[in-house]
Amino acid sequence: MENAQPGGAPQFRRVARFVSPTDRGFAAIVYAGSALFALLILGLFIELLLGSWPSIAKFGPAFIWHSAWNPIANQFGALPMIYGTVVTSLIAIILAAFIGILAAVYLADFAPRWLAAPLSFLIELLAAVPSVVYGLWGLFVLAPFVRTSIGPALQSVLGWTPLFSGPIYGVGLLTGGLILALMIVPTVTAISRDVVAAIPRDLREASMALGSTKWETAMRVVLPAARVGVFGACVLALGRALGETIAVTMVIGNRPEISASLFAPSYTLASVIANEFTEATTDIYISALIQLGLILFFVSVVVNALARVMIWSVRGSERTL
Amino acid sequence: MTAVAAPAEILATDDLSAYYGEHKAVGDVSIQFRRKAVTALIGPSGCGKTTLLRCLNRIHEVLFDARVTGRVLLDGHDIYATDMDPMRVRRRIGMVFQRPNPFPTLSILDNVLACGRHGLTREQKLQVAERALRAAALWDEVKDKLKTSPLRLSGGQQQRLCIARAIAAEPEVLLMDEPTASLDPIATAVIEELMCSLAKEFTIVAVTHNMQQAARVSDVTAFMLADETRIGRLIEVDDTSKLFTKPRDPRTEDYITGRFG
Repeated sequence: MENAQPGGAPQFRRVARFVSPTDRGFAAIVYAGSALFALLILGLFIELLLGSWPSIAKFGPAFIWHSAWNPIANQFGALPMIYGTVVTSLIAIILAAFIGILAAVYLADFAPRWLAAPLSFLIELLAAVPSVVYGLWGLFVLAPFVRTSIGPALQSVLGWTPLFSGPIYGVGLLTGGLILALMIVPTVTAISRDVVAAIPRDLREASMALGSTKWETAMRVVLPAARVGVFGACVLALGRALGETIAVTMVIGNRPEISASLFAPSYTLASVIANEFTEATTDIYISALIQLGLILFFVSVVVNALARVMIWSVRGSERTL
Repeated sequence: MTAVAAPAEILATDDLSAYYGEHKAVGDVSIQFRRKAVTALIGPSGCGKTTLLRCLNRIHEVLFDARVTGRVLLDGHDIYATDMDPMRVRRRIGMVFQRPNPFPTLSILDNVLACGRHGLTREQKLQVAERALRAAALWDEVKDKLKTSPLRLSGGQQQRLCIARAIAAEPEVLLMDEPTASLDPIATAVIEELMCSLAKEFTIVAVTHNMQQAARVSDVTAFMLADETRIGRLIEVDDTSKLFTKPRDPRTEDYITGRFG
């Protein structure tokens, strides 16, 4: 094909690009890799859907808001587990975000170098501790401590609210939330620290040069500039809290009931699956457990999708404020 | 040189040395800055001119391992005295940086007011902002979008916003670290014009790589050069017209005639 003919619309000459065979092979591998991810998610979803089909067919949508979970009487309702999952994760993310973000700011902007490096290393090490170890520690140290110290202290101040009333067993929603907070705080801290440290020095100096203190600079300039990344760190951590199984199972009390008190024993979606799968004898029981997995899958997808939307809206609003 | 600030001098250094760890970057500089004049610091890369500038508002010391010896006198008072609050010093000596660095999450208006003018009514704050933006020759371009993000402004506009942010704090001295280094020639001309008009109200000390710029905007020029041990030394300081026409030091002459650097 030649260039534009007189009078005609200009045409671009198509150049045959040379693509090396290795490039082509590499591209195929990359495509296959990304297709594999899509297939995995799709396959997981289909498998969960098929496995839970008997339960879906039998209980219908009421499965989600029914609060009775009594396998012996063939009663299956997911609400107590959804409640337990959401409440423990909320406790965890509120505490972990607060502590983790402050720790990140300290590590990035305040800690002297000789301290920041070993501290960061320790925090990353914490993230690598197996969750069953957290669970053991939670069961033997944290739960008794909640029963004898944290619980009574909270109750003496806030006992008038339903959240902190009632008997304190030690195991329960609060202990589950605390152990989760401990497990996800390294994630929040490590990622937030990297994000905060990546904020250009220019901005800090601009703020300092106006007579702001380091603290004002961190709170008014550095953290706002890092907010999208810090928010992402929190969502990642929340995702981990929602799905965390073994440590929570060991300290939550494993009772499928909804009560207003944070001291009451509860159950989470993940821990009921882990606990009862081996003893599920009837088909409908197994199917109900798989449906809990399907719900957990959905909750995780929705949380991540919400986070994406929030990140986009923050980015979008930066144009107009 | 005497270190006592005469009335004509608002800012002076006395045997000032600056270090990065063990490395001495600026050595034993004593220089006086004339009130309501533009002083240009020129010299080849690595001569310590930016470091010297950063010592003048104590921003040098926020870097890891950075250290200063000697004195910097603002109206006769040593800003490095133990009872001096560096935050207060920085409010009296503003700074504009090499690259425009508006706060990305604040609106244009909030950027100008970021110096923390507390205790003002909304109306008064708007007046402060308008005055600063007008002085920075930016008001007409942003008056309809004060609530929008500064990141949509051009580089030159962002730099003028940073100038407005600095002068909204009503400093006595304005330090500028190569304020046009990242701008195109047209935006550079605007900033240079601005520097001349701001000198009526503020004392300006500006670092520049560009000798033509120093010749165009400054009243006084100081020439710095690193010695053989990489310590930045003040070679010569004089009225700009004299320094560029009749330099006293042969090294100054070599530099301004383009023989090195």
